[in-house]
Amino acid sequence: MAKAVESSGELGTTSPRPLFAGLSDISISQDIPVEGEITIPMRSHIREFDSSTLNESVQNTIMRDLKAVGKKFMHVLYPRKSNTLLRDWDLWGPLILCVTLALMLQRSSVDSEQDGGPQFAEVFVIIWFGAVTITVNSKLLGGNISFFQSLCVLGYCILPLTVAMLVCRLVLLAEQGPINFMVRLFVVIVMFAWSIVASTAFLADSQPPNRKALAIYPVFLFYFVISWMILTFTPQ
Amino acid sequence: MAAADELAFHEFEEASNLLAETPDAATIGGSGQLTPQGHVAVTVDSGGSNGAEEEGEESDRTALLQEKPQPGLWTFGYYQTFFDVDTSQVLNRIKGSLLPWPGHNFVRHHLRNRPDLYGPFWICATLAFVLAVTGNLTLVLAQRRDPSIHYSPQFHKVTVASVTIYCYVWLVPLALWGFLRWRKRVRERVGPYTFLETVCVYGYSLFVFIPTVVLWLIPVPWLQWLFGALALALSAASLVFAFWPVVREDTRLVAAVLLSTVVLLHALLATGCKFYFFQPLPLAPLPQATSLPPNLPPPTLRPQVT
Repeated sequence: MAKAVESSGELGTTSPRPLFAGLSDISISQDIPVEGEITIPMRSHIREFDSSTLNESVQNTIMRDLKAVGKKFMHVLYPRKSNTLLRDWDLWGPLILCVTLALMLQRSSVDSEQDGGPQFAEVFVIIWFGAVTITVNSKLLGGNISFFQSLCVLGYCILPLTVAMLVCRLVLLAEQGPINFMVRLFVVIVMFAWSIVASTAFLADSQPPNRKALAIYPVFLFYFVISWMILTFTPQ
Repeated sequence: MAAADELAFHEFEEASNLLAETPDAATIGGSGQLTPQGHVAVTVDSGGSNGAEEEGEESDRTALLQEKPQPGLWTFGYYQTFFDVDTSQVLNRIKGSLLPWPGHNFVRHHLRNRPDLYGPFWICATLAFVLAVTGNLTLVLAQRRDPSIHYSPQFHKVTVASVTIYCYVWLVPLALWGFLRWRKRVRERVGPYTFLETVCVYGYSLFVFIPTVVLWLIPVPWLQWLFGALALALSAASLVFAFWPVVREDTRLVAAVLLSTVVLLHALLATGCKFYFFQPLPLAPLPQATSLPPNLPPPTLRPQVT
Protein backbone atom coordinates (compact mmCIF):
# COMPACT_ATOMS: atom_id res chain seq x y z
CA MET A 1 0.00 0.00 0.00
CA ALA A 2 2.76 2.40 1.02
CA LYS A 3 4.72 1.62 -2.12
CA ALA A 4 1.70 2.34 -4.30
CA VAL A 5 1.10 5.71 -2.65
CA GLU A 6 4.73 6.65 -3.11
CA SER A 7 4.70 5.91 -6.79
CA SER A 8 1.44 7.75 -7.33
CA GLY A 9 2.93 10.66 -5.43
CA GLU A 10 5.80 10.60 -7.88
CA LEU A 11 3.37 10.70 -10.77
CA GLY A 12 1.59 13.68 -9.25
CA THR A 13 4.66 15.86 -8.88
CA THR A 14 6.42 15.09 -12.15
CA SER A 15 3.77 15.95 -14.77
CA PRO A 16 5.90 15.90 -17.94
CA ARG A 17 6.48 12.16 -17.49
CA PRO A 18 4.65 10.02 -20.10
CA LEU A 19 1.34 8.46 -19.19
CA PHE A 20 1.33 5.14 -17.36
CA ALA A 21 5.08 5.31 -16.96
CA GLY A 22 4.80 4.78 -13.24
CA LEU A 23 2.69 1.66 -13.46
CA SER A 24 5.63 -0.64 -13.58
CA ASP A 25 6.67 0.69 -10.18
CA ILE A 26 3.48 -0.38 -8.48
CA SER A 27 3.55 -3.79 -6.91
CA ILE A 28 0.71 -5.50 -5.14
CA SER A 29 1.74 -6.46 -1.68
CA GLN A 30 0.65 -9.63 -0.03
CA ASP A 31 -1.77 -8.04 2.39
CA ILE A 32 -4.31 -6.96 -0.23
CA PRO A 33 -6.75 -9.82 -0.61
CA VAL A 34 -7.75 -10.40 -4.21
CA GLU A 35 -10.31 -13.10 -4.36
CA GLY A 36 -13.88 -13.69 -5.33
CA GLU A 37 -16.02 -15.51 -7.81
CA ILE A 38 -16.33 -14.78 -11.49
CA THR A 39 -19.68 -16.00 -12.73
CA ILE A 40 -21.78 -14.97 -15.69
CA PRO A 41 -25.33 -14.88 -14.39
CA MET A 42 -26.84 -14.87 -17.92
CA ARG A 43 -25.54 -18.26 -18.88
CA SER A 44 -27.13 -20.09 -16.00
CA HIS A 45 -30.36 -18.25 -16.66
CA ILE A 46 -30.40 -19.30 -20.30
CA ARG A 47 -29.62 -22.86 -19.46
CA GLU A 48 -32.50 -22.91 -17.08
CA PHE A 49 -34.71 -21.40 -19.76
CA ASP A 50 -33.68 -23.95 -22.39
CA SER A 51 -34.34 -26.99 -20.30
CA SER A 52 -37.67 -25.67 -19.15
CA THR A 53 -39.12 -25.09 -22.64
CA LEU A 54 -38.70 -28.76 -23.39
CA ASN A 55 -40.61 -29.74 -20.31
CA GLU A 56 -43.40 -27.22 -20.39
CA SER A 57 -46.83 -28.02 -21.70
CA VAL A 58 -47.80 -27.44 -25.32
CA GLN A 59 -50.34 -24.87 -24.21
CA ASN A 60 -47.58 -22.75 -22.68
CA THR A 61 -45.52 -22.82 -25.86
CA ILE A 62 -48.42 -21.89 -28.08
CA MET A 63 -49.66 -19.17 -25.75
CA ARG A 64 -46.21 -17.61 -25.57
CA ASP A 65 -46.00 -17.36 -29.36
CA LEU A 66 -49.58 -16.15 -29.64
CA LYS A 67 -48.93 -13.49 -27.03
CA ALA A 68 -45.89 -12.28 -28.97
CA VAL A 69 -47.95 -12.10 -32.15
CA GLY A 70 -50.77 -10.32 -30.31
CA LYS A 71 -48.37 -7.79 -28.83
CA LYS A 72 -47.12 -6.94 -32.30
CA PHE A 73 -50.71 -6.59 -33.55
CA MET A 74 -51.20 -3.95 -30.86
CA HIS A 75 -48.08 -2.14 -32.02
CA VAL A 76 -49.43 -2.06 -35.56
CA LEU A 77 -52.89 -0.86 -34.49
CA TYR A 78 -51.42 1.98 -32.43
CA PRO A 79 -48.31 2.88 -34.40
CA ARG A 80 -45.67 4.93 -32.73
CA LYS A 81 -41.95 4.88 -33.25
CA SER A 82 -40.75 1.79 -31.47
CA ASN A 83 -38.34 -1.02 -32.12
CA THR A 84 -40.42 -3.97 -31.01
CA LEU A 85 -41.35 -5.18 -34.48
CA LEU A 86 -37.78 -4.84 -35.64
CA ARG A 87 -36.07 -6.32 -32.62
CA ASP A 88 -38.09 -9.50 -32.09
CA TRP A 89 -39.24 -10.17 -35.59
CA ASP A 90 -41.22 -13.27 -36.42
CA LEU A 91 -43.10 -14.40 -39.50
CA TRP A 92 -46.06 -16.13 -37.80
CA GLY A 93 -48.17 -13.00 -37.81
CA PRO A 94 -47.65 -12.26 -41.51
CA LEU A 95 -48.44 -15.89 -42.37
CA ILE A 96 -51.69 -15.87 -40.38
CA LEU A 97 -52.74 -12.55 -41.93
CA CYS A 98 -51.81 -13.56 -45.47
CA VAL A 99 -53.66 -16.88 -45.30
CA THR A 100 -56.76 -15.20 -43.81
CA LEU A 101 -56.79 -12.51 -46.48
CA ALA A 102 -56.22 -14.98 -49.32
CA LEU A 103 -58.99 -17.27 -48.06
CA MET A 104 -61.44 -14.39 -47.90
CA LEU A 105 -60.48 -13.02 -51.32
CA GLN A 106 -60.71 -16.34 -53.10
CA ARG A 107 -63.27 -16.41 -55.84
CA SER A 108 -65.94 -19.05 -55.80
CA SER A 109 -65.65 -21.99 -58.16
CA VAL A 110 -68.95 -21.17 -59.88
CA ASP A 111 -67.29 -18.42 -61.90
CA SER A 112 -65.63 -19.10 -65.22
CA GLU A 113 -61.88 -19.54 -65.13
CA GLN A 114 -61.04 -16.43 -67.13
CA ASP A 115 -62.90 -13.51 -65.73
CA GLY A 116 -62.88 -13.88 -62.01
CA GLY A 117 -61.15 -12.39 -59.04
CA PRO A 118 -57.82 -13.64 -57.77
CA GLN A 119 -57.29 -17.20 -56.69
CA PHE A 120 -55.78 -18.12 -53.35
CA ALA A 121 -52.38 -18.74 -54.92
CA GLU A 122 -52.42 -15.42 -56.77
CA VAL A 123 -53.07 -13.43 -53.60
CA PHE A 124 -50.45 -15.39 -51.70
CA VAL A 125 -47.85 -14.86 -54.43
CA ILE A 126 -48.63 -11.15 -54.73
CA ILE A 127 -48.27 -10.55 -51.01
CA TRP A 128 -45.07 -12.52 -50.50
CA PHE A 129 -43.32 -11.58 -53.73
CA GLY A 130 -44.39 -7.98 -53.28
CA ALA A 131 -42.91 -7.92 -49.78
CA VAL A 132 -39.68 -9.57 -50.98
CA THR A 133 -39.35 -7.11 -53.87
CA ILE A 134 -39.84 -4.12 -51.58
CA THR A 135 -37.27 -5.49 -49.14
CA VAL A 136 -34.69 -6.10 -51.88
CA ASN A 137 -35.39 -2.62 -53.23
CA SER A 138 -34.82 -0.96 -49.87
CA LYS A 139 -31.63 -2.92 -49.32
CA LEU A 140 -30.33 -1.99 -52.78
CA LEU A 141 -31.02 1.67 -52.06
CA GLY A 142 -28.76 1.40 -49.04
CA GLY A 143 -31.14 0.81 -46.15
CA ASN A 144 -29.74 -0.81 -43.01
CA ILE A 145 -32.59 -3.11 -42.15
CA SER A 146 -32.28 -6.85 -42.34
CA PHE A 147 -34.24 -8.95 -44.84
CA PHE A 148 -36.55 -10.67 -42.35
CA GLN A 149 -37.14 -7.57 -40.26
CA SER A 150 -38.50 -5.82 -43.31
CA LEU A 151 -40.68 -8.82 -44.28
CA CYS A 152 -41.98 -8.89 -40.70
CA VAL A 153 -42.97 -5.21 -40.71
CA LEU A 154 -44.62 -5.37 -44.15
CA GLY A 155 -46.53 -8.51 -43.21
CA TYR A 156 -47.80 -7.19 -39.88
CA CYS A 157 -48.96 -3.93 -41.47
CA ILE A 158 -51.43 -5.89 -43.59
CA LEU A 159 -53.53 -6.20 -40.39
CA PRO A 160 -55.64 -3.05 -41.02
CA LEU A 161 -56.44 -4.27 -44.54
CA THR A 162 -57.47 -7.70 -43.22
CA VAL A 163 -59.85 -5.94 -40.83
CA ALA A 164 -61.15 -3.95 -43.82
CA MET A 165 -61.76 -7.21 -45.70
CA LEU A 166 -63.78 -8.61 -42.77
CA VAL A 167 -65.86 -5.44 -42.61
CA CYS A 168 -66.41 -5.49 -46.39
CA ARG A 169 -67.62 -9.08 -46.30
CA LEU A 170 -70.08 -8.22 -43.54
CA VAL A 171 -71.30 -5.12 -45.39
CA LEU A 172 -71.77 -7.16 -48.58
CA LEU A 173 -74.27 -9.38 -46.76
CA ALA A 174 -76.62 -6.41 -46.78
CA GLU A 175 -78.38 -5.04 -49.84
CA GLN A 176 -76.14 -4.00 -52.76
CA GLY A 177 -76.23 -0.42 -53.94
CA PRO A 178 -74.35 2.86 -54.04
CA ILE A 179 -74.49 3.33 -50.24
CA ASN A 180 -73.01 -0.14 -49.82
CA PHE A 181 -70.19 0.79 -52.17
CA MET A 182 -69.54 4.13 -50.42
CA VAL A 183 -69.26 2.48 -47.03
CA ARG A 184 -66.83 -0.09 -48.36
CA LEU A 185 -64.80 2.58 -50.16
CA PHE A 186 -64.56 4.67 -47.00
CA VAL A 187 -63.47 1.71 -44.85
CA VAL A 188 -60.86 0.57 -47.38
CA ILE A 189 -59.40 4.08 -47.77
CA VAL A 190 -59.11 4.56 -44.00
CA MET A 191 -57.44 1.17 -43.50
CA PHE A 192 -55.10 1.77 -46.46
CA ALA A 193 -53.95 5.05 -44.91
CA TRP A 194 -53.52 3.29 -41.54
CA SER A 195 -51.31 0.59 -43.13
CA ILE A 196 -49.12 3.18 -44.82
CA VAL A 197 -48.72 5.21 -41.63
CA ALA A 198 -47.89 2.12 -39.58
CA SER A 199 -45.29 0.76 -42.01
CA THR A 200 -43.73 4.20 -42.51
CA ALA A 201 -43.37 4.62 -38.75
CA PHE A 202 -41.32 1.44 -38.60
CA LEU A 203 -39.42 1.53 -41.87
CA ALA A 204 -38.61 5.18 -42.49
CA ASP A 205 -35.75 5.45 -40.04
CA SER A 206 -33.70 2.73 -41.64
CA GLN A 207 -33.34 4.49 -44.99
CA PRO A 208 -30.73 7.08 -45.98
CA PRO A 209 -32.33 10.52 -45.64
CA ASN A 210 -32.28 11.60 -49.28
CA ARG A 211 -33.87 8.35 -50.51
CA LYS A 212 -36.77 7.96 -48.12
CA ALA A 213 -39.38 8.71 -50.78
CA LEU A 214 -37.79 6.20 -53.15
CA ALA A 215 -38.07 3.46 -50.53
CA ILE A 216 -41.59 4.33 -49.33
CA TYR A 217 -43.23 4.60 -52.77
CA PRO A 218 -43.15 0.81 -53.45
CA VAL A 219 -44.83 0.24 -50.06
CA PHE A 220 -47.57 2.64 -51.15
CA LEU A 221 -48.00 0.72 -54.44
CA PHE A 222 -48.09 -2.63 -52.62
CA TYR A 223 -50.85 -1.64 -50.19
CA PHE A 224 -52.73 0.11 -53.01
CA VAL A 225 -52.87 -3.12 -55.01
CA ILE A 226 -54.08 -5.10 -51.97
CA SER A 227 -56.72 -2.43 -51.24
CA TRP A 228 -57.86 -2.62 -54.86
CA MET A 229 -58.29 -6.39 -54.62
CA ILE A 230 -60.37 -5.94 -51.45
CA LEU A 231 -62.52 -3.20 -52.93
CA THR A 232 -63.35 -5.06 -56.14
CA PHE A 233 -64.31 -8.26 -54.34
CA THR A 234 -67.80 -9.31 -55.31
CA PRO A 235 -69.39 -12.46 -53.91
CA GLN A 236 -71.06 -14.57 -56.58
CA MET B 1 9.08 26.77 -73.96
CA ALA B 2 6.89 26.83 -77.07
CA ALA B 3 8.10 23.36 -78.07
CA ALA B 4 7.22 21.99 -74.63
CA ASP B 5 3.69 23.50 -74.87
CA GLU B 6 3.15 21.97 -78.30
CA LEU B 7 4.18 18.55 -77.05
CA ALA B 8 1.85 18.81 -74.04
CA PHE B 9 -1.11 19.88 -76.21
CA HIS B 10 -0.78 16.94 -78.63
CA GLU B 11 -0.63 14.51 -75.73
CA PHE B 12 -3.93 15.81 -74.32
CA GLU B 13 -5.71 15.55 -77.68
CA GLU B 14 -4.76 11.93 -78.17
CA ALA B 15 -5.87 11.09 -74.69
CA SER B 16 -9.27 12.69 -75.10
CA ASN B 17 -9.77 10.94 -78.46
CA LEU B 18 -8.96 7.61 -76.85
CA LEU B 19 -11.43 8.29 -74.06
CA ALA B 20 -14.20 9.24 -76.49
CA GLU B 21 -13.79 5.94 -78.32
CA THR B 22 -13.87 3.81 -75.20
CA PRO B 23 -15.83 5.65 -72.55
CA ASP B 24 -15.56 2.70 -70.15
CA ALA B 25 -11.77 2.74 -70.03
CA ALA B 26 -10.27 3.47 -66.65
CA THR B 27 -7.90 6.35 -66.79
CA ILE B 28 -6.54 6.09 -63.26
CA GLY B 29 -4.38 3.26 -62.08
CA GLY B 30 -1.15 3.71 -63.94
CA SER B 31 -1.30 7.09 -65.56
CA GLY B 32 -2.02 9.14 -62.50
CA GLN B 33 -0.55 12.20 -64.13
CA LEU B 34 -3.03 12.10 -66.98
CA THR B 35 -6.10 12.97 -64.92
CA PRO B 36 -5.42 16.54 -63.79
CA GLN B 37 -3.96 17.34 -67.18
CA GLY B 38 -6.94 15.74 -68.87
CA HIS B 39 -9.20 18.02 -66.89
CA VAL B 40 -7.31 21.07 -68.08
CA ALA B 41 -7.33 19.76 -71.66
CA VAL B 42 -11.12 19.70 -71.69
CA THR B 43 -11.44 23.40 -71.07
CA VAL B 44 -8.94 24.16 -73.82
CA ASP B 45 -10.36 21.68 -76.29
CA SER B 46 -13.99 22.63 -75.82
CA GLY B 47 -13.33 25.94 -77.54
CA GLY B 48 -13.44 23.91 -80.75
CA SER B 49 -16.37 22.13 -82.45
CA ASN B 50 -19.49 20.96 -80.69
CA GLY B 51 -18.79 17.31 -81.31
CA ALA B 52 -15.47 17.55 -79.59
CA GLU B 53 -17.13 19.30 -76.68
CA GLU B 54 -19.44 16.37 -76.16
CA GLU B 55 -16.57 13.91 -76.13
CA GLY B 56 -14.49 16.14 -73.90
CA GLU B 57 -17.34 16.36 -71.43
CA GLU B 58 -17.75 12.62 -71.52
CA SER B 59 -14.07 11.91 -70.98
CA ASP B 60 -14.00 14.39 -68.10
CA ARG B 61 -16.87 12.65 -66.39
CA THR B 62 -15.58 9.16 -66.96
CA ALA B 63 -12.14 10.15 -65.69
CA LEU B 64 -13.61 11.54 -62.50
CA LEU B 65 -16.13 8.75 -61.95
CA GLN B 66 -13.97 5.67 -62.55
CA GLU B 67 -12.22 5.91 -59.25
CA LYS B 68 -13.00 2.68 -57.47
CA PRO B 69 -12.77 -0.80 -59.00
CA GLN B 70 -16.11 -2.35 -59.98
CA PRO B 71 -17.33 -5.08 -57.60
CA GLY B 72 -17.80 -8.54 -59.06
CA LEU B 73 -20.97 -9.80 -60.72
CA TRP B 74 -21.76 -12.15 -57.85
CA THR B 75 -21.60 -9.58 -55.05
CA PHE B 76 -24.55 -7.57 -53.74
CA GLY B 77 -22.50 -4.39 -54.14
CA TYR B 78 -22.52 -4.81 -57.93
CA TYR B 79 -26.29 -4.50 -58.05
CA GLN B 80 -26.26 -1.66 -55.56
CA THR B 81 -24.41 0.47 -58.12
CA PHE B 82 -27.54 0.41 -60.27
CA PHE B 83 -29.67 1.86 -57.47
CA ASP B 84 -27.29 4.64 -56.55
CA VAL B 85 -29.78 7.47 -57.09
CA ASP B 86 -31.42 10.05 -54.86
CA THR B 87 -35.06 11.13 -54.89
CA SER B 88 -34.19 14.44 -56.55
CA GLN B 89 -32.24 12.68 -59.31
CA VAL B 90 -35.11 10.34 -60.13
CA LEU B 91 -37.58 13.23 -60.24
CA ASN B 92 -35.17 15.15 -62.45
CA ARG B 93 -34.91 12.26 -64.91
CA ILE B 94 -38.69 11.88 -65.04
CA LYS B 95 -39.03 15.58 -65.82
CA GLY B 96 -36.39 15.23 -68.53
CA SER B 97 -38.33 12.44 -70.21
CA LEU B 98 -41.63 14.33 -70.01
CA LEU B 99 -40.25 17.40 -71.77
CA PRO B 100 -38.05 16.29 -74.64
CA TRP B 101 -36.06 19.02 -76.28
CA PRO B 102 -34.15 18.60 -79.57
CA GLY B 103 -30.82 19.74 -78.15
CA HIS B 104 -30.99 17.89 -74.85
CA ASN B 105 -29.93 14.30 -75.18
CA PHE B 106 -31.58 12.39 -72.32
CA VAL B 107 -28.65 10.07 -71.89
CA ARG B 108 -25.94 12.71 -71.84
CA HIS B 109 -27.72 15.44 -69.95
CA HIS B 110 -29.74 13.51 -67.41
CA LEU B 111 -28.17 10.10 -67.02
CA ARG B 112 -24.58 11.35 -67.30
CA ASN B 113 -23.10 7.87 -67.44
CA ARG B 114 -24.92 6.80 -64.27
CA PRO B 115 -27.90 4.78 -65.44
CA ASP B 116 -30.14 3.39 -62.74
CA LEU B 117 -32.55 0.47 -62.65
CA TYR B 118 -34.86 1.94 -60.00
CA GLY B 119 -36.71 4.22 -62.44
CA PRO B 120 -37.42 1.69 -65.22
CA PHE B 121 -38.43 -1.09 -62.81
CA TRP B 122 -40.91 0.89 -60.71
CA ILE B 123 -42.29 2.89 -63.62
CA CYS B 124 -43.09 -0.41 -65.40
CA ALA B 125 -44.65 -1.86 -62.24
CA THR B 126 -46.77 1.25 -61.71
CA LEU B 127 -47.86 1.30 -65.35
CA ALA B 128 -48.86 -2.37 -65.28
CA PHE B 129 -50.99 -1.96 -62.15
CA VAL B 130 -52.49 1.35 -63.28
CA LEU B 131 -53.50 -0.26 -66.60
CA ALA B 132 -55.21 -3.15 -64.83
CA VAL B 133 -56.90 -0.92 -62.26
CA THR B 134 -58.22 1.66 -64.72
CA GLY B 135 -59.33 -1.05 -67.13
CA ASN B 136 -61.34 -2.55 -64.30
CA LEU B 137 -62.72 0.89 -63.32
CA THR B 138 -63.83 1.50 -66.90
CA LEU B 139 -65.84 -1.70 -66.75
CA VAL B 140 -67.42 -0.66 -63.44
CA LEU B 141 -68.39 2.77 -64.76
CA ALA B 142 -69.72 1.28 -67.99
CA GLN B 143 -71.86 -1.16 -66.04
CA ARG B 144 -73.43 1.67 -64.06
CA ARG B 145 -74.52 3.37 -67.24
CA ASP B 146 -75.60 0.21 -69.05
CA PRO B 147 -76.60 -2.68 -66.77
CA SER B 148 -76.44 -5.23 -69.58
CA ILE B 149 -72.66 -5.31 -69.35
CA HIS B 150 -71.26 -8.11 -67.26
CA TYR B 151 -68.82 -7.02 -64.56
CA SER B 152 -66.02 -9.20 -63.27
CA PRO B 153 -62.74 -8.34 -61.55
CA GLN B 154 -60.67 -9.71 -64.51
CA PHE B 155 -57.64 -10.34 -62.41
CA HIS B 156 -55.73 -12.17 -65.14
CA LYS B 157 -55.22 -8.82 -66.92
CA VAL B 158 -52.70 -7.82 -64.27
CA THR B 159 -50.50 -10.73 -65.30
CA VAL B 160 -50.84 -9.91 -68.98
CA ALA B 161 -50.08 -6.23 -68.43
CA SER B 162 -46.98 -6.78 -66.32
CA VAL B 163 -45.52 -9.46 -68.63
CA THR B 164 -46.07 -7.30 -71.72
CA ILE B 165 -44.54 -4.16 -70.29
CA TYR B 166 -41.53 -5.81 -68.71
CA CYS B 167 -40.78 -7.75 -71.90
CA TYR B 168 -41.04 -4.54 -73.90
CA VAL B 169 -38.64 -2.64 -71.65
CA TRP B 170 -36.08 -5.48 -71.62
CA LEU B 171 -36.23 -7.12 -75.05
CA VAL B 172 -36.58 -4.09 -77.32
CA PRO B 173 -33.58 -2.25 -75.79
CA LEU B 174 -31.62 -5.51 -76.02
CA ALA B 175 -32.34 -5.74 -79.75
CA LEU B 176 -31.61 -2.04 -80.26
CA TRP B 177 -28.36 -2.19 -78.32
CA GLY B 178 -27.22 -5.27 -80.23
CA PHE B 179 -28.02 -3.61 -83.52
CA LEU B 180 -26.21 -0.39 -82.60
CA ARG B 181 -23.12 -2.28 -81.48
CA TRP B 182 -23.11 -4.22 -84.74
CA ARG B 183 -23.17 -0.96 -86.67
CA LYS B 184 -20.47 0.52 -84.46
CA ARG B 185 -17.76 0.08 -87.06
CA VAL B 186 -19.55 2.51 -89.38
CA ARG B 187 -19.47 5.36 -86.88
CA GLU B 188 -16.23 7.18 -86.17
CA ARG B 189 -16.55 9.42 -83.17
CA VAL B 190 -19.47 8.82 -80.85
CA GLY B 191 -19.59 5.50 -79.02
CA PRO B 192 -22.83 3.57 -78.59
CA TYR B 193 -24.81 3.60 -75.37
CA THR B 194 -24.44 0.81 -72.86
CA PHE B 195 -27.31 -1.65 -72.46
CA LEU B 196 -28.40 -0.13 -69.17
CA GLU B 197 -28.55 3.36 -70.63
CA THR B 198 -30.85 2.06 -73.38
CA VAL B 199 -33.09 0.35 -70.82
CA CYS B 200 -33.13 3.59 -68.83
CA VAL B 201 -34.21 5.65 -71.83
CA TYR B 202 -37.05 3.25 -72.60
CA GLY B 203 -38.13 2.94 -68.97
CA TYR B 204 -38.31 6.66 -68.31
CA SER B 205 -40.04 7.29 -71.65
CA LEU B 206 -42.95 5.10 -70.49
CA PHE B 207 -43.68 7.44 -67.58
CA VAL B 208 -45.88 9.75 -69.66
CA PHE B 209 -48.34 6.87 -70.20
CA ILE B 210 -49.24 6.69 -66.51
CA PRO B 211 -51.31 9.91 -66.36
CA THR B 212 -52.61 9.17 -69.86
CA VAL B 213 -54.02 5.83 -68.78
CA VAL B 214 -55.75 7.50 -65.82
CA LEU B 215 -57.20 10.10 -68.21
CA TRP B 216 -58.54 7.28 -70.41
CA LEU B 217 -61.24 6.81 -67.76
CA ILE B 218 -63.14 9.67 -69.38
CA PRO B 219 -65.59 7.84 -71.66
CA VAL B 220 -65.37 10.25 -74.62
CA PRO B 221 -63.76 8.32 -77.53
CA TRP B 222 -62.17 11.19 -79.46
CA LEU B 223 -60.70 12.59 -76.22
CA GLN B 224 -59.17 9.19 -75.47
CA TRP B 225 -57.56 9.04 -78.89
CA LEU B 226 -56.30 12.63 -78.50
CA PHE B 227 -54.65 11.87 -75.15
CA GLY B 228 -53.18 8.70 -76.57
CA ALA B 229 -51.72 10.50 -79.55
CA LEU B 230 -50.25 13.24 -77.33
CA ALA B 231 -48.62 10.73 -75.00
CA LEU B 232 -47.27 8.71 -77.90
CA ALA B 233 -45.83 11.85 -79.50
CA LEU B 234 -44.06 12.94 -76.28
CA SER B 235 -42.74 9.49 -75.55
CA ALA B 236 -41.56 8.77 -79.08
CA ALA B 237 -39.95 12.22 -79.31
CA SER B 238 -38.00 11.51 -76.15
CA LEU B 239 -36.75 8.23 -77.64
CA VAL B 240 -35.88 9.74 -81.02
CA PHE B 241 -33.95 12.67 -79.52
CA ALA B 242 -32.01 10.25 -77.35
CA PHE B 243 -30.97 8.01 -80.24
CA TRP B 244 -30.50 10.61 -82.96
CA PRO B 245 -26.88 11.54 -82.07
CA VAL B 246 -25.85 7.90 -82.16
CA VAL B 247 -27.54 7.16 -85.45
CA ARG B 248 -26.96 10.35 -87.42
CA GLU B 249 -23.48 9.33 -88.57
CA ASP B 250 -24.77 6.10 -90.03
CA THR B 251 -26.13 5.84 -93.57
CA ARG B 252 -29.44 7.60 -94.09
CA LEU B 253 -31.31 4.41 -94.84
CA VAL B 254 -30.23 2.68 -91.66
CA ALA B 255 -30.98 5.76 -89.56
CA ALA B 256 -34.45 6.19 -91.04
CA VAL B 257 -35.33 2.51 -90.69
CA LEU B 258 -34.09 2.34 -87.11
CA LEU B 259 -35.92 5.41 -85.91
CA SER B 260 -39.15 4.49 -87.63
CA THR B 261 -38.97 0.96 -86.14
CA VAL B 262 -38.55 2.46 -82.68
CA VAL B 263 -41.55 4.74 -83.14
CA LEU B 264 -43.63 1.95 -84.67
CA LEU B 265 -43.00 -0.48 -81.80
CA HIS B 266 -43.91 2.23 -79.32
CA ALA B 267 -47.14 2.99 -81.16
CA LEU B 268 -47.93 -0.71 -81.26
CA LEU B 269 -47.56 -0.94 -77.48
CA ALA B 270 -49.81 2.07 -76.90
CA THR B 271 -52.61 0.93 -79.20
CA GLY B 272 -52.34 -2.65 -77.99
CA CYS B 273 -52.82 -1.53 -74.41
CA LYS B 274 -55.74 0.68 -75.36
CA PHE B 275 -57.55 -2.10 -77.20
CA TYR B 276 -56.86 -4.87 -74.72
CA PHE B 277 -57.67 -2.99 -71.53
CA PHE B 278 -60.31 -0.48 -72.57
CA GLN B 279 -62.28 -1.35 -75.67
CA PRO B 280 -64.16 -4.62 -75.41
CA LEU B 281 -67.13 -4.50 -73.08
CA PRO B 282 -68.43 -8.03 -72.47
CA LEU B 283 -72.20 -8.54 -72.48
CA ALA B 284 -73.82 -10.46 -69.66
CA PRO B 285 -75.15 -13.94 -70.52
CA LEU B 286 -78.27 -13.72 -68.27
CA PRO B 287 -80.00 -10.62 -69.74
CA GLN B 288 -79.85 -12.27 -73.20
CA ALA B 289 -81.83 -15.24 -71.82
CA THR B 290 -84.42 -12.97 -70.23
CA SER B 291 -84.90 -11.09 -73.52
CA LEU B 292 -86.64 -14.17 -74.98
CA PRO B 293 -89.78 -14.33 -72.75
CA PRO B 294 -90.92 -10.74 -73.62
CA ASN B 295 -91.16 -11.94 -77.24
CA LEU B 296 -93.62 -14.70 -76.35
CA PRO B 297 -96.58 -12.85 -74.72
CA PRO B 298 -97.52 -10.55 -77.69
CA PRO B 299 -98.52 -13.48 -80.02
CA THR B 300 -100.66 -15.04 -77.26
CA LEU B 301 -102.25 -11.70 -76.32
CA ARG B 302 -103.62 -11.12 -79.79
CA PRO B 303 -106.40 -13.73 -79.71
CA GLN B 304 -107.50 -12.37 -76.32
CA VAL B 305 -107.66 -8.80 -77.53
CA THR B 306 -109.75 -9.69 -80.56
